[in-house]
Parts: sequence; structure tokens; C-alpha cells
Amino acid sequence: MTIMNTNYDVIVVGGGPAGLAAALEANKNGAGRVLIIERDKELGGILNQCIHNGFGLHFFKEQLTGPEYAQRFIKMLEGTGIEVKTDTMVLAVTPDKKVWAMNTEDGYCCFSAGAVILAMGCRERTRGAISIPGERPSGVFTAGTAQRYLNIEGYMVGKRVLILGSGDIGLIMARRMTLEGAKVLAVCELMPYSNGLKRNIAQCLEDYDIPLYLSHTVTNIKGHSRLESVTVSRVDEKLAPIPGTEMEFDCDTLLLSVGLIPENELSRNAGVPIDGRTNGAVVWQDRQTEIDGIFACGNVLHVHDLVDFVTKESMTAGRAAAEYVKAGGFAKPAPENTVSLCPGNGVSYVVPQKIAIERTEKFVEAFFRVRTTYKNSEIVVSADGKELTTIAKDQLLPAEMERVVLPKAMLEKAAGSTITIEVRQKGAN
Amino acid sequence: MKKEITCIVCPKGCLVTIDDANLEDISGYSCPKGMDYAKNELLHPVRTVTSTVKITGALHDRLPVRTSGDIPKELIFDCMNLIRSTKVTAPVACGEVIVKDLFGTGIDLISTRDAESIV
Repeated sequence: MTIMNTNYDVIVVGGGPAGLAAALEANKNGAGRVLIIERDKELGGILNQCIHNGFGLHFFKEQLTGPEYAQRFIKMLEGTGIEVKTDTMVLAVTPDKKVWAMNTEDGYCCFSAGAVILAMGCRERTRGAISIPGERPSGVFTAGTAQRYLNIEGYMVGKRVLILGSGDIGLIMARRMTLEGAKVLAVCELMPYSNGLKRNIAQCLEDYDIPLYLSHTVTNIKGHSRLESVTVSRVDEKLAPIPGTEMEFDCDTLLLSVGLIPENELSRNAGVPIDGRTNGAVVWQDRQTEIDGIFACGNVLHVHDLVDFVTKESMTAGRAAAEYVKAGGFAKPAPENTVSLCPGNGVSYVVPQKIAIERTEKFVEAFFRVRTTYKNSEIVVSADGKELTTIAKDQLLPAEMERVVLPKAMLEKAAGSTITIEVRQKGAN
Repeated sequence: MKKEITCIVCPKGCLVTIDDANLEDISGYSCPKGMDYAKNELLHPVRTVTSTVKITGALHDRLPVRTSGDIPKELIFDCMNLIRSTKVTAPVACGEVIVKDLFGTGIDLISTRDAESIV
């Protein structure tokens, strides 16, 4: 075993959009030695296989493809002195901020850091995670796996395709497979609404006359070596398949776009408390976890819809990590100088979960998702039952991350209490 | 006749209502880009095409590409056929023109990443 006792100010685990933005911002804010550790052969993360456009409208004010968006950040590394280790797997992060990793050049090694930023992203839910019954032929892929095969490795995964799940990756792959000559028979969605962006329904399905079956799910898979057919059934309000509604699709490929799970094995092993609602770390507004000096940002913290918001969040984490290192740690705020954030009626999660009022400049942005679709409703922000503000919303969708701004003055008023964010149907008050 | 068009310009996805007999009878957009998009959708719809071409001598076997601007929607599959028969050799720079002037549109096919030569 080689121990290279190398000291860094900030170590970033993961070289995707979150890790890149966090490292750059840490560097810009005075962290001298910054190291990015990436398990793939190159930086950029999932953006490298997201060859479609639509990235960067918020951050760069122009439409970029995934690789272009990634490359802008990779280029920004030049001249910063930020060190990068690709093809390197992090095995453990410890609460005393040691990072154990291995690769083929250095072998097994240990780095120590003043602060660690967790930016490992997320992975896809699989067939096993949603327990689809039936036989186990080849031809069943998660949509992102098929995307990597097609866009990076150059393998076409099938000719007649059914897609389960209308998340953005599923919609994007419906168009992508069609353009490459496959017949995409349909996209099925368990919920009565799509989980993808409206523009992706328009430009990926409607443009190519691909039907979208809402409130439908896969109830059987048939095929001996290769997938031969898939049974799709309508579901009732309780999401249970309705007998007698079965449709049979002859296809050789089933793509699953059924949700993403933040990849938090390293965080858990480091003892970082995880929020069961986000499946990501519990964080303060600067994205510090409950372990001093360990920060988390991007899809490892909560699954984002847009990379632009990942970038912004990761810049917050990077800046805070640099400040943490320069200050030699943050003082623990007294409970009466903190606010907890909690999802209320109709809201599935809120990030951040905790706010240290002293470390707040002017305001804190709280990000959250609603549980179901709402029309003509309002977001109600209250502290221990007392309403602080309401925001009218024409439409709320679970697929779209929402945001409320909590000004410092409001937080000071709510000091020591819990702020709840909930949805209220208008006229129901 | 009134038509409903989902704007694809930004992630917001506004539902724009427009009369195909009178393009000025339009509502539901929240920015000028959305208004232009909906009008254009009725007159001559266009799209940006993104795909990959075969590359040799680079880390991966595919190089991601896109059209440098929007092309008429009816040319999408012609464009894909052209892309399928295109081969390049590393190194290629991001933004480099792979095919000039697609079908007389004045729009080029460009690379969307750097691909260094590894040989």
C-alpha cells in the first residue's frame, strides 16, 4: 500500500458539471490546492453523452449541447492550477476529510483535505428497483445506458423500442432512437402526467408522432434470449394495473426512464446524515453537510432538472468550501440562530434543510418539488404555523423544481423555528 | 383555426395559442422568442439536429455534432442520412465544421467537442 500523504485545501469527488463548477469556484475564492477526482477517463460526467441541445440557457444565455456545456468548464480549468485525477475511483471519504482512492498509476492512495465536496451525481433506477415481472431476456436497458452505448460507444441497442417512463432522458432517447432509424412504438408513463419538460414532449414525441400513454405501466416482459414482447396495462388512481386493459407490444428493446437515485454510498460511509426525502445529504444553505467541512452539491444532493441549476448550486458549495478552509472551520451556530426548513402539504422535499442565519448574506433560496400537479394554487411559507408569505402559482408540476426566496429579515423573524413550505389550492382557505 | 403550440425555445415550455389564418391573433407566450417560435411553427418549422459521426483515432468512436443553426424540419432525415455516411479523423476541435452548407441552407454541421488524437 502506498500512502502519498498529499495535502489539499479542497478535494472534489466527481468531475461532472457539479464537481467542475465547485472546484472552479473554490479556486476563485482562494483555495490554493484543489483536486478533482473523477472515475471516468475524462471530465464532464453525464453531459458527455447528452449530445442534444438545450443546456446553458440560464447560465450562458445560449443553447448548448451537453458536451459543449461541459467543455466550457473544462477549458476554464486551464491556468487555474486545479489538479485533476481521471480514471481514479474514490473508495472512502472519512469525517476527518481523508479521501482514499485508487487508480492504475498511483495504486491505492490517500489524500487529505481541508474540505471535501461530494459531487458524485446520481444513477438510474433499474428494472429491479421497480420490480417489473416477467422473463429476463436481453434488450432491457435503462435509458441512460442506451444513451451511452449509442452516443459515445456507437452501438445501436435495438430496432423496435418501447420506453417506460416519461422523464427527460426517456423522451430524449425516444427522439434519438427514431433519428437513428429505430421504430419507437410508444412511451408509457405510470403517473397521469409526464415527468419530463413540456418542450421535450413537443420536440421529442409530437414531432415524430410517438404516442404517450399516461397512467400506463409495463406488467410483463417476454422473450427467451432477446426481448420479444412487452405487456402494458392501464393503472387506476392507486397506480394498480387494471385487468383487461393489457396491450401487447412486439419489440426487441425496452428502455427504462423511471427515476434517478443520488449516488451516496461514499457520503453514507463517511457518516453524512441523509434526508430520506431527497436521498441526498442534509445540508445548510451553503451546502455543508452535517459533517464539518464536507459539502455536497448537484445531483448527489437532489436530482435537478437543469444543469444550469447544478452549476449555480455547486458554485455556492465551492465558495463555502474555500471560506471554510480559509477560516479554519465554521463555528457551530447556536440553535436560536438557525432555521430548519421542512416540506408541508403537497411538497415532497426542500433543500437546504437548515439555515445558519449568521452565514446568510441577503437571502436564501429554498428549492423544492411538489408531489402532484396543481392549477391555480399558492405556495405558503410559514414559521411554526404563522404565515410569512404566499406566492400565487398558475401551475405546479412535480417535474419542475420550484424555488422561493427567503430574505434574511424573514429568517431573523423565524429564528430558532421551523419554516414550512406547502401548497394550498386557491379558494380552499 | 386556433392552434396550440408548445414553445421549445426554453425549459419553461409556454403553451402558445395562435390562429393559423391570422398570425397576429396570438396569446400564451411570455417572451418575444416564444411569439416568433409559434409564428414560425406555422410558416416553416425548423429544428436544430444533434447526432454523432464516426471518428477514428480518438478516445471514443463517436464524435458529437450539431447543425450550426436551425434547419427546415423536413430536412431532418436527409440530414441524418448525411451524418450516417460522414467519417472524420482526430484531432477535431469543438466548433469545427464537419460538413459545410447542409442542403443549401447555409447551415453547417459542426463538432460539439474537442477530440484529441490518441495515436
